[in-house]
Amino acid sequence: MAARIRARALRMVHHAHASHIGSCLSMADLLAVLYQAVLRVDPKRPDRPQRDRFILSKGHGGAALYAVLAERGFFPLDWLETYCDDGARLAGHCTHHGVPGVEFSTGSLGHGLSLGCGVALAAKHDGVSCRVFVQLSDGECDEGSLWEAALFAPHHHLDNLIAIVDYNKGQGFGTVAEVLNLEPLADKWRSFGWAVREIDGHDHAQILDAFQAAPFEPQQPSVILAHTVKGKGVSFMENKLAWHYKSPTDEQLAAALAELGETP
Amino acid sequence: MRTAFIKTLCELAATDDRIWLLTGDLGFSVLEPFRDQFASRFVNVGVAEQNMTGVAAGLASCGKIVFTYSIANFPTIRCLEQVRNDVCYNDLPVKVVSVGGGFAYGAQGYTHHGVEDLAVMRALPNMTVVAPGDPVETELATRALLDVPGPCYLRLGKAREPVVHKRPPTFALGQAIRVRDGGDVTLISTGGMLEHTMHVAGRLAAEHKIEARVLSMHTLKPLDGAAVRAAARETGGVVTVEEHSVTGGLGSAVADALAAMDPPHGPLRKYGAPDRLNRRIGCQTYLRTLGGDLVELVRDLLKRTPK
Repeated sequence: MAARIRARALRMVHHAHASHIGSCLSMADLLAVLYQAVLRVDPKRPDRPQRDRFILSKGHGGAALYAVLAERGFFPLDWLETYCDDGARLAGHCTHHGVPGVEFSTGSLGHGLSLGCGVALAAKHDGVSCRVFVQLSDGECDEGSLWEAALFAPHHHLDNLIAIVDYNKGQGFGTVAEVLNLEPLADKWRSFGWAVREIDGHDHAQILDAFQAAPFEPQQPSVILAHTVKGKGVSFMENKLAWHYKSPTDEQLAAALAELGETP
Repeated sequence: MRTAFIKTLCELAATDDRIWLLTGDLGFSVLEPFRDQFASRFVNVGVAEQNMTGVAAGLASCGKIVFTYSIANFPTIRCLEQVRNDVCYNDLPVKVVSVGGGFAYGAQGYTHHGVEDLAVMRALPNMTVVAPGDPVETELATRALLDVPGPCYLRLGKAREPVVHKRPPTFALGQAIRVRDGGDVTLISTGGMLEHTMHVAGRLAAEHKIEARVLSMHTLKPLDGAAVRAAARETGGVVTVEEHSVTGGLGSAVADALAAMDPPHGPLRKYGAPDRLNRRIGCQTYLRTLGGDLVELVRDLLKRTPK
């Protein structure tokens, strides 16, 4: 599944000459495990009130989310071929309008964790046993609004809320360490009252174990710091800042798909 | 107005368990009745308006009708992108409530002057924008907001505003209330300026034999364009009256309505806070006169209008 998400996202950004392929590739394994083995969601009933929620706060990774949703049958695979086209449904940044399975429209960073807090609070109030997963980026942790939500969730004992940081160490102008250092990131979350687990965000066994184990502590929200590689799976894209922006040429697409063992 | 709002919200919440109230740690001595009666649907989110608005959107996505509450610019401009994206883009029933719109906190300085909120909220695509004229309209508007499926902005004054409507008027969102009849000129008021507008209309009649029609334009969006056009056709001119910048608020909305109308129609003047940085502080009554003397503005307008 992860390879298919990567291949489809590559084809989409190639088709649309779009950015952010590196950010799609770094979270592909997280999405694959979530949608194959963790989330209680039903493609036939995407609005079922008891469903688990997945909120892509890093909305710039929309291509990867659309890919996994289409793979799971939330909408036809051929929608992916119109990604970013004039008048098409699938916008570059996640849009929920007319797209089954997308919970919220996102794209501006620092919004998703608050949305997740609201959903988790409603579920607690209503006695619904769903879990709410919010996928954050590391660059997004620069946003002050994120830390407002990070204060809120432990205060309200939202143990049904699981944040995942796609910690690929890259952001707009360089590495996280260069642009605005986040370290010690685990300590920051811990000091805000979150139960923290650090994993290799490409190791499916570790990912599954963390998702199944959450909440890690009773009465506390959980955060998974998923150490990832930006551009993971395509050797010439890995850890290259340029792939936050560039879209692959025909030749680069073919080479990337070959590395993934996918047909062009 | 805030008292009428919270009283009405409590009445509504007693029979509608979808209603939640979030506050950004403001509303001391106002919100307690709701908190005490509906503790599980009341959240003081702390001084964190961005998170408040996102949380409200998350709750609303689960079938709740969520009111967010703070003062002046804090629930609107401070968290504008959350209102725009989380609430409006996702088209969720979040009702943003601001207390102390205009110059209610006038002595506190420019940070606390809510004089751009109507312009900003009006620019959001599926936002219903309401600024009731008195406590009676506040109650009616609060009830009406529940029937709007999408986002709303309710801009209130503060406390002890006088009751203008001695009897409850017929109220519908998007429909101006004609509070006074008159054929010489039309004064269109929004929000808490209604009482002052009625006072000015009385003076115009008593001192200058000018009979003014007065409309309470409690809903800025959708605007009652028909009432505006009728006023421009049937009376000698239109003057908008607002406790807000003359840029982007009621005056601009009415100008838009008139721009879409074929001539002939009467002239338009906008009375409100001038479009410049206001460093002046003072009480509400004092700051409301930043736009000059409303009686003189109306007289001047009519002098220039050919009969």
